[in-house]
Amino acid sequence: MLKINNLHVKLEEEDKRILKGVDLEVPAGSVHAIMGPNGSGKSTLSYVLSGRDGYEVTEGGATLDGEDLLDMDPEERAAAGLFLAFQYPVEIPGVGNMTFLRTAVNAQRKARGEEEMSAADFLKFIRAKAKELKIDADMLKRPVNVGFSGGEKKRNEILQMAMLEPKMCILDETDSGLDVDAMKLVSEGVNALRNAGRSFLVITHYQRLLDHIKPDVVHIMADGRIVKSGGPELALEVENNGYADILAEMEVEA
Amino acid sequence: MNTAPKKAPALISADARPVSGAWAAEARADAAARLADMGLPTRRDEYWKWTRPDSLISATPDMAEVFDYEGESLVFHAIDRLKIVFVDGVFDADASDELDGEGLEIERLASAAGKDIHWAKDLYGVLETKGQTPVVRPLAAHNTAMATDGVVIRVTGKVSRPVSLIYQHKDANSDAILHNVVRLEEGAKLTLLENGAAAARLSKVTEVDIGPGAEFHHVRAQGRDHDRQAVTHMFTRVDTGAVFKSFTMTVNGKLTRNECIIDIVGDDAIAHVAGAALGDGAAGDFHHDDTVFVTHDAVSCESRQVFKKVLKNGAKGVFQGKILVKPGAQKTDGYQKSQSLLLDDDAQFLAKPELEIYADDVACSHGSTSGAIDEEALFYLRSRGVPTHIATDLLVLAFLADAIEEIEDEAVAAEIIDRLDAWLARRRG
Repeated sequence: MLKINNLHVKLEEEDKRILKGVDLEVPAGSVHAIMGPNGSGKSTLSYVLSGRDGYEVTEGGATLDGEDLLDMDPEERAAAGLFLAFQYPVEIPGVGNMTFLRTAVNAQRKARGEEEMSAADFLKFIRAKAKELKIDADMLKRPVNVGFSGGEKKRNEILQMAMLEPKMCILDETDSGLDVDAMKLVSEGVNALRNAGRSFLVITHYQRLLDHIKPDVVHIMADGRIVKSGGPELALEVENNGYADILAEMEVEA
Repeated sequence: MNTAPKKAPALISADARPVSGAWAAEARADAAARLADMGLPTRRDEYWKWTRPDSLISATPDMAEVFDYEGESLVFHAIDRLKIVFVDGVFDADASDELDGEGLEIERLASAAGKDIHWAKDLYGVLETKGQTPVVRPLAAHNTAMATDGVVIRVTGKVSRPVSLIYQHKDANSDAILHNVVRLEEGAKLTLLENGAAAARLSKVTEVDIGPGAEFHHVRAQGRDHDRQAVTHMFTRVDTGAVFKSFTMTVNGKLTRNECIIDIVGDDAIAHVAGAALGDGAAGDFHHDDTVFVTHDAVSCESRQVFKKVLKNGAKGVFQGKILVKPGAQKTDGYQKSQSLLLDDDAQFLAKPELEIYADDVACSHGSTSGAIDEEALFYLRSRGVPTHIATDLLVLAFLADAIEEIEDEAVAAEIIDRLDAWLARRRG
């Protein structure tokens, strides 16, 4: 599904290398987690994959189902099935949540040569999805993320994911700013979307999210590279001992 | 400050002024005298620093090519309304509906002005005169002296069907001077729609007297002609418990200066004035100026100014807005917002917000900003699959939203949004 090959990335504006040769492969239907200390490049990886400005790829590449991701505009990546759940979902005053989602759903359908969804079908669809995520009608009517609590914002991300039905979902620190109940709700939303054709890359600082969204593989990222990969037990190791031990063992400077 | 006396134009002679009955002849003579006294605007005048008055006061107008709508239905076409049509500043009886309706008295200005006694006497040039202090508005005085056509409307009840003034521009060299007078009696209600460029060059004054508890809604679209020039003044007096709401959409136009002078004289009154102006210099020169003066002279009144401009390719926007709170106008709630969205580095926005407050128990503020499209929001939308041009248009409409919200009638608001959307779609790239 997602294949990242020796990816090197620097900031466009300054001479600062952030990713220094990331290799990663997420097969269809699996859940991979990336953990790592602050500044290790986790969020940069998610932004580069989704096509945000300000980064320059100096070496390597990334493909989604064999298609060169880095060559596409952000909207093309979305239409190809990539979805990034933002760490800090953006507030957009003046644009209704419903209008936003309908525009997005239909833009993707159009890009894939599918027929646009009628207003009635869309309404039915979004109501069902919103109900599952305990998102009330009022939240759908309000401007995108404006005045939403931290939990509401993250649930709104998962709602978008559910509506857009991507095949590759990247969750960037989705647990940040969530209390235990909200995290549970969001995790249930994610778990409901797990299936054989859909993959997840869960970026997180803490192990606790991985209690709820069980990963198949855990990667540790440090200094712009994946330094260690393993099963779910790796996350527990981090939880118990912190990153220092692993990094020392791998001879990486944190 | 330049204290040298301005060269005043000679008094416009009685012969040069339109023929009128006794009251109107007097009003016109007074206006001519005021104009002679204050002189025509020059670039040295503080309120004309950012908008050159030259082409507005030249002897003949610059030619303005007539815009080809290519058969497209004009704005408001689907709305049930009483249509009054002017072609290049001249009333067109054949194209207009019958000038009457329940709760309405409508008369052509020329007809009202020809009579010896008329209710319009109490308003024509009267609100304009009051609006000349503390800032002079010479082009409004010129208009009162010289206006050749327009309508006078007296509203005695709640009128559900809007009165729609349709200004057609058909002659590339036309020079129109229109003057409208509207009086809303106590408890009356009217929606006034206006659309079209009117002429190559237009001077328009509208005086609106809103009686106690009366409600006046005004929505205007200034046409799509690129070369046309316009200076418009709206003078309004808002009485106790009355409501004034005005919204103007401007797309294209080489030069537009819209002045709105609001005088709140009765307690518990509400006055909102809003505008959305969109200009793309690539399609022709665009200069848009909103000049607003709100005077609070009563207790517990609310005023809002919400002006939004979307500018690109050398388009220029100007905002000069003032709130004056007179002594004793306690519990005033006044807010002024002027914002521009600059879609590239060539666009320019100049703003002068002013507050002058002589009462101590008031809430008055202003916010003036200019900025680019929010890149974060743009990326967020694109990351969900929305193509850049659609995402940009969504963000532009979102930027305009709080100005459009000032339109009360939902059908009219929807019509305005459609037109803005269509303009954006045409100007993509």
